[in-house]
Amino acid sequence: MSALLLEVRDLRTHFFTRAGVVKAVDGVSFTMERGQVLGLVGESGSGKSVTGFSLLGLVDPPGRIVGGSIRLDGEELVGMPLDELRRLRGRRIAMVFQDPMMTLNPVLTVGAQMTLAIRAHEKVTGVAARERAASVLTRVGIPDAAARLDAYPHEFSGGMRQRVAIAIAMTHSPGLIVADEPTTALDVSIQAQILHEMRELSRESGTALVWISHDLATVSSVAERIMVMYAGRLVEEGPTATVLRDPRHPYTRGLLDSLPATARPGQELRQVPGNTPSLLALPPGCPFAPRCVRASERCVEDPEHRVDAVRAFRCHHPLERAA
Amino acid sequence: MSEAATPLGRFWADFKDSPVAVVALVVVVAIVVLAIGAPWISPQNPYDLGGLSLLDARRPPGHIGTGGYVHWLGTDAQGRDLLSAILYGLLISVQIGFMAGCVALAVGASLGVIAAYAGGLIETLIMRIVDLQLSFPAILLALVLVALLGQGKAQLVTALVAAQYAYFARTAYGAATTERRKDYIEAATATPLSRTRVIFRHLLPNCMPPLIVVATVQIANSISLEATLSFLGLGLPVTEPSLGMLISNGFVYMMSGRYWISVYPGIALIVLIVAINLVGDQIRDQLNPRLRR
Amino acid sequence: MSTAFLTLDGISKRFDPRLTLGDRIAARFGATVEDRPVRAVTEVSLTINPGETLGLVGESGCGKSTLGRIVAGILPPTAGTVTIDGEPVLHNGRKVTTRVQTVFQDPFASLDPRMRIGDTVAEGPIAHGLVTKANAADYVRGWLQRVGLEPDFADRYPHQFSGGQRQRVAIARALAMQPDLLVCDEPVASLDVSIQAQIINLFLELRRDLGITCLFISHDLGVVRHVSDRVAIMYLGRIVEVGSTEQIYRDPKHPYTRALLDSVPRLVLEDDALVEFNAITGEIPSPLAPPPGCTFHPRCPLAVDACRRDVPALMADGTDRLVACHVRAMERNAAATTALEEGR
Repeated sequence: MSALLLEVRDLRTHFFTRAGVVKAVDGVSFTMERGQVLGLVGESGSGKSVTGFSLLGLVDPPGRIVGGSIRLDGEELVGMPLDELRRLRGRRIAMVFQDPMMTLNPVLTVGAQMTLAIRAHEKVTGVAARERAASVLTRVGIPDAAARLDAYPHEFSGGMRQRVAIAIAMTHSPGLIVADEPTTALDVSIQAQILHEMRELSRESGTALVWISHDLATVSSVAERIMVMYAGRLVEEGPTATVLRDPRHPYTRGLLDSLPATARPGQELRQVPGNTPSLLALPPGCPFAPRCVRASERCVEDPEHRVDAVRAFRCHHPLERAA
Repeated sequence: MSEAATPLGRFWADFKDSPVAVVALVVVVAIVVLAIGAPWISPQNPYDLGGLSLLDARRPPGHIGTGGYVHWLGTDAQGRDLLSAILYGLLISVQIGFMAGCVALAVGASLGVIAAYAGGLIETLIMRIVDLQLSFPAILLALVLVALLGQGKAQLVTALVAAQYAYFARTAYGAATTERRKDYIEAATATPLSRTRVIFRHLLPNCMPPLIVVATVQIANSISLEATLSFLGLGLPVTEPSLGMLISNGFVYMMSGRYWISVYPGIALIVLIVAINLVGDQIRDQLNPRLRR
Repeated sequence: MSTAFLTLDGISKRFDPRLTLGDRIAARFGATVEDRPVRAVTEVSLTINPGETLGLVGESGCGKSTLGRIVAGILPPTAGTVTIDGEPVLHNGRKVTTRVQTVFQDPFASLDPRMRIGDTVAEGPIAHGLVTKANAADYVRGWLQRVGLEPDFADRYPHQFSGGQRQRVAIARALAMQPDLLVCDEPVASLDVSIQAQIINLFLELRRDLGITCLFISHDLGVVRHVSDRVAIMYLGRIVEVGSTEQIYRDPKHPYTRALLDSVPRLVLEDDALVEFNAITGEIPSPLAPPPGCTFHPRCPLAVDACRRDVPALMADGTDRLVACHVRAMERNAAATTALEEGR
């Protein structure tokens, strides 16, 4: 097996609404290696979640993948028949949502749901499936797992429910898990527990993670590589620490400056002016230009991908690299 | 911004997208205009007993009567021109339907919203009475009330309002219990604004969408209730023939081949009720967040 | 404290389950009905000094929002009083002062969707005679401009604005009432990072220019540190620690405060850094059945017998700081004794 797990090329997912075509994901390309943790950050409307959903073919009408390719282990997912895609989901690629109730069925016990998930892809007896379920639950840090199999989702706390959702995603040790804001709805103390556990699980089982979040701090503590999205496009991509320490794209810089942690308490934050743009009325060229202090006339043309030693970015006027 | 600015403007923009609903709305408006214009456009005044001639009784559609004009839809047993009778009947139906609907809306919505906002004893009291009333069929209640109050427009409207306000109260209560928990109500309470202001300026307007849906259905319902009561001879006096009474009058001649006396008023009634319901359906679809595109 | 501007004295809030008529009848005949009250806030006493911003921090379900609503006069407390300058905020369960105003978390829910924003901002000031109907339009335009919006936006409806702009409208509505105290309940939690920074800056600017006192409620420790002069930490309905922002973030005394601060993910800027999480073990107990004694003891690494038995009182720990912890109190006593013995 080669190290390359996922190859996304020029992915375009558009939503055909009555008000016009929303280009939620517009030409996103990246690759992932086995076992890698990739952080995908951006604000609302940046297309980070839609990118995640596109990887699993979970885009609902009026949305549609209109172009590009997604290759998982060399196998093309775009245009794959739905039943083949279903066989893939859960076994080789799985998803964890912000709201665990997206995965969990409120009227079935956790054990029943997990055995269903196991037997969907493997021919095993009910008893064996139950044992597997209990061991997976133990792995995600649920105490007394065997007994908890007979509990319903509402009997779990928010953090425990998210653990169950993670356990279901982990059941078949898929090569890739897409986690969409998995800790955003949780309290800080629970978030820290889950961050820690997911990183460990990924390391132990060699599962690659796409960690989608708006929170730079959580991403920086789990992801080796980071991708920053703005208005449906990747604006910067590279090793997490390098990008966050020394961003080249003005938007990445702006995001970092917006964090209270980067300023002295009580001092004014260096804010990004303006509002997040409407995807229906994007300016020509670089979508960030209207909010960018470095913008010039050149920015009405699409900036091309540029690379330095370790990362890629899309900007006509990138920030200088710190020495 | 291509979007219309006001909530009403946006609503109309969505409404235009359904051709069926637009046609239904046109039909409703046309019927209302025809009904209101009845005294001027109908060939005959069916209430003017002096203008009727028994020679014209029970004539088929297309007959040229003693008045010298064509009875396009035929005549009834008293020699009334059916087209005129239907137009006048529609006027009565529309009047009573809208009046009953609007009064029931005002009374029911206020009670429901007050119950939801006040809570406690007031809530229990209002809503239990409403529940009790909803457990009886509306027609039964209307029948009893009309029998007690006697005949006449005002009495009929009163009976219909009493029979129907409970539906509005239930709907308003349901909407208001959801709305009152929202932050903008808390914001108004925290300003502080007076209770009346919070209820009638903030809570009630935001409960209107489901109420408008119920209102369209209930207007159609009160029209058919009125027709039913008149058909049973409990509605309006014989001198003011409403659609129900026309149908009832022609009923005995159905089997003798003189179908038109019952059928044409019946068709008018059905078209009106169906059109109102189609408009109501579209409004409901538009206001249902789950069906929104 | 004589300088105190806002005083919370022994505030408790219990939510009793609402029994329906059927439940009550069933209970009369001996059926078991779920009637355990939720103790959202228990015996909270706090003061805020004039011009000060007090940050109120805690995780979900700790009662911080309930406390905020009590201060804002939206909820009457079960026990205790809230006074501003000695004047009660509530009288007979109804809010009687306009001196406290509120900014809510979700700007999509806190503005009446059927009202033009100009009317939303003008409504309160007109109702309370702060401005005449005739002058309201200019008054509103002034405030919209003050919060960084175009004055002409007054004729628009909330759906025509983005989240950040709506939050500006909500701030204008609160300020137009010319309050002395602003209760901000998670005002930036539902906004994007770049918009969050804009609103925080606006808040800092307005506070500086208008000298408003503020209760700033948030679960985001970074934001609270940035805007607050003092911070109060809440856990399961009680205040566990209060002190100046600098003190609390530099040297937290309560084990819960320390654990909370340790849980916050930090920006990692070193290559290949192995980030350690010092996560608190266990879950937040249900406020339906809070543990006896110190409510934090089941998760506390330092817990001793006294913690399982007695509720610790908020006691002074150094200057200007209050901590509710038995272990800390014992350490303090021991230190004092040692000092005394050494002095002898």
